[in-house]
Amino acid sequence: MKKQLLWLALLGALTLPAQAADKIKIGFISTLSGPGGVLGAAIRDGFNLALEHTGGKVGGLPVELIVEDDQQKPDVAKQLADKMTKRDKVDFVTGVVFQNIMQAIEQPVFQAQTYLISTNTGPSDLAGERCNPLFFAAAWVSDSYSEATGKNMNDKGYKNVFVIAPNYPGGKDVVNGFKRFYKGGYAGEVYTKLGQLDYAVELSQLRAAKPDAVFFFLPGGMGVNFIKQYHQAGLNKEFPLFGTGWSFDQDTLAAVGEPTLGALNAAHWNLDIDNPQNKKFVADFEKKYNRLPNEFASQGYDALMLIDAAVRDVKGKVEDKEALRKALEAANFKSVRGPFKFNKNHFPIQNYYLRQVVKDDKGRFVNKTVATIFTDHPDAYVSACKM
Amino acid sequence: MTMPAQYSRWFAYWPLALLAAALLLPQLLGWFGFDFYVSFATRIMIMALLASSLNLLVGTGGMVSLGHAAFFGAGAYTVAILAREWGGTPAESALLSWPLAMLVGALLAAFIGAICLRTKGVYFIMSTLAFAQMLFYVFLSLKSYGGDDGMSLTKRSTLPGIDLGADVVFYYVVLALFAVALLLLGRLDRARFGKVLRGIKDNELRMESLGFAVFRFKLVAFILAGAMAGLAGALMGNLNNFVSPNMMHWEQSGVVLVMVILGGLGRLWGGLAGAAALLLLEEILPNFLPHWQILLGVILLAVVFFAPRGLAGIFRA
Amino acid sequence: MSGLLFAEQCLNGLQFGLMLFLLAAGLTLVFGIMDLINLAHGSLYMLGAYLAATLTQATDSFLSGVALALCATALIGMLLELTVLRHLYRRDHLSQVLATFALILIANEATRAIWGVQPLSFNVPAALSGSVQLLPGLSYSAFRLAIIAVGLLVAALLYLLIGRTRIGMLVRAGASNRAMATAMGTNIQRLFTALFGVGAALCALAGAMLGPLLAVQVGMGENILILAFVVVVIGGIGSVRGAFVGALLVGVVDTFGRAFVPLTLRQFLPPALADAAGPSLAAISIYILMILVLLWKPQGLFPSRA
Repeated sequence: MKKQLLWLALLGALTLPAQAADKIKIGFISTLSGPGGVLGAAIRDGFNLALEHTGGKVGGLPVELIVEDDQQKPDVAKQLADKMTKRDKVDFVTGVVFQNIMQAIEQPVFQAQTYLISTNTGPSDLAGERCNPLFFAAAWVSDSYSEATGKNMNDKGYKNVFVIAPNYPGGKDVVNGFKRFYKGGYAGEVYTKLGQLDYAVELSQLRAAKPDAVFFFLPGGMGVNFIKQYHQAGLNKEFPLFGTGWSFDQDTLAAVGEPTLGALNAAHWNLDIDNPQNKKFVADFEKKYNRLPNEFASQGYDALMLIDAAVRDVKGKVEDKEALRKALEAANFKSVRGPFKFNKNHFPIQNYYLRQVVKDDKGRFVNKTVATIFTDHPDAYVSACKM
Repeated sequence: MTMPAQYSRWFAYWPLALLAAALLLPQLLGWFGFDFYVSFATRIMIMALLASSLNLLVGTGGMVSLGHAAFFGAGAYTVAILAREWGGTPAESALLSWPLAMLVGALLAAFIGAICLRTKGVYFIMSTLAFAQMLFYVFLSLKSYGGDDGMSLTKRSTLPGIDLGADVVFYYVVLALFAVALLLLGRLDRARFGKVLRGIKDNELRMESLGFAVFRFKLVAFILAGAMAGLAGALMGNLNNFVSPNMMHWEQSGVVLVMVILGGLGRLWGGLAGAAALLLLEEILPNFLPHWQILLGVILLAVVFFAPRGLAGIFRA
Repeated sequence: MSGLLFAEQCLNGLQFGLMLFLLAAGLTLVFGIMDLINLAHGSLYMLGAYLAATLTQATDSFLSGVALALCATALIGMLLELTVLRHLYRRDHLSQVLATFALILIANEATRAIWGVQPLSFNVPAALSGSVQLLPGLSYSAFRLAIIAVGLLVAALLYLLIGRTRIGMLVRAGASNRAMATAMGTNIQRLFTALFGVGAALCALAGAMLGPLLAVQVGMGENILILAFVVVVIGGIGSVRGAFVGALLVGVVDTFGRAFVPLTLRQFLPPALADAAGPSLAAISIYILMILVLLWKPQGLFPSRA
């Protein structure tokens, strides 16, 4: 609304920028269009639900939420970050989905001394050498899911695993995390083209290699394709399929359906985690949006609750950056994922669970938590952080 | 659509008025509290530079390239890699890295042009696209230079005595460069080179039989356009403090081509008109409509059908 | 590397190539005969996939869903031709680029407005969801075999249509020399509209067949559009035979590039380098193929222009 007024003013009368009232401004930069838009939409929906639960306020102060779509383009995201920090002068920037977007907006946000709360990506360099007091990863570190899956596959005694991931630094990071905990041998290690549609070639190789299990990391639409084709080729009957929670989130399960049945994946959150705030979150999310939430939505939800707790702790005085940082670090809120605290590098110390895709009593495909893989697990990079 | 005679005399001075407005723009924006939009204006000029360089190829020379983004990205990466590998040395100076970016663009254009210019029509389009895509995939897989995540620049290029980190200063530097580029393009257009290019666009066979070394002229135009695109890339990398392989993707080439066509093929101001129009529409429309791309599509269609010579061609015969 | 793996990869290449053929056939005819660069071709493919997904769910039958989607997309294609594209024939290629680019924007956003941002659920029909034993030790997905069958059938039909019927003769005449064909009295306008409808139907068929394998989402058309153009260029503009050969070439080269290049590189390069170079080389192998073909035959393999 405000932006419309600004543009009309340019065509007409003089106007001065609105004075900042006693409220908290949150800049929400997320991917809301394109194939990655599903993730941003989920995070936004979780975030908005949390805002509803807090009565539209954080720490008792009204919230002005500015939501923008980065279209999964780093240069667009950078412009948005510039706009939000220089023109709108937001108190927090959050909502980011992808690592390359995060990398693009770091600079303007940090330069403006604004707190950057990640609702999804947790780049490993921000956990390690480049850790920054202004950055808080409210979700996870980039290779935590694959670490967990790797540990589980190792503990299960697999010795000949076929690994498949896309050929880009993020993909290789995830595989490195996997390798940190899986100590067995490999039937094959294949890197596919980013955005590749058809996996017939790789599936043929997989079948010929005869592994004892398969681990894949293919985010977004790539994973959807892979799962469908894996099922299509009859391979789900031959080799157990392991992935990361990202490929088996609730929205993907709803979209893909039958082919996901039985797959195992690791994540930090699930629908059936037993605590009062998660139960409320899941129930209200379903009521409001007519679908079950996924971990991305839970991350958005938690991010707002974190901000709410921090602003309450500093009694609304967000200009006191030092106090705000301490409040954020304390994370005095009840996360839907259960136990949660920040490590000294502002990355989470939390549990990771093994989930399996089953059909619930309403005939929907959901993840069922079958084991806890890690308890209070920190990231692997904290020792390199000098904070 | 032509102007009535009594106005056209004054109208001829409009480039000067535009320049004056451009010089005053940062102050104007500052008064209204729109400081942030100085960067936006800079972005328009950089894209206008890129579009103008493509216009030389497409509009004047008739060579439709869908791989122009390759030079744009190459120029950007030149600056970024120099800053990454030799940070804190003269390699970060704009006086070194920007001309180097142009040189890289020129050399790449020489190589690609030497191969692609042997084809014509849609075959030429596709071969230029192929090379740009190949470059895109190469940079995508380079982990040491960021790959898909791209590379951040810690700060802008340095100039003696001038702080390019200040948005307003950077704006004026870009304005100066763009003005010089436009003057150069105008000169080229009126000179023999421009006339020969237009002749080649019109009828290549005829020019050959008249004794012109057609291939050489086309290649020189290609190289010039490549160098200019390289500079635009260096400037964009500086503006965003960020480079990524997407700068070389065919979709980026497509957007620039759309700007050129929208602005007016072969017209000196076509690049600026198209870049400004497209970027402004993309900035303004989302505030008023949820599905603004539909309106943008309709507007573009309207331009195709009702302003066939592009926006810059509206006021000329 | 076993013979069976090689055979399986050949089938993969064939399947991928035949789907590209469906897209490229319509594109090459439209370009060759109407001299129209249609960037919105990918949007028709996307529309076909969306309609097939929606109608299959509505009618609970894959066959009905696909058949209805084909008709609907053909109709939409013809409508598009009658209203917008018809006026672009006499315009230069660049105006066509701008106009059809605008159509992509409208189509993508309209699809988003109607169906939302989430990818659509579209699964393989139960009857084809298993695998077939072709040889001892070689099982292949039934659905992919169906794709190969459909692709070959369409190729055969197009061959008969273009090579053996009067309409086909008109199409070939139009591709070879449009002015002459008009002068000879063919009703060019109606031919064009019908041709465009056929092209749209082929797109929809490709979308409907690939939909269950891939994610049905906005923007799916643009990725495959580039490949279709590469095929058209390799095959030669206006030639369906060229599109067939080109599509198979592209399908096989891409498949083999992905299957065997990384493996081969690992034989004589350190694994880290092979892993980095291999997939990239595989990704650009199609473009290298196109450049090589153009260097050998600058007008493509089977140029239809006299």
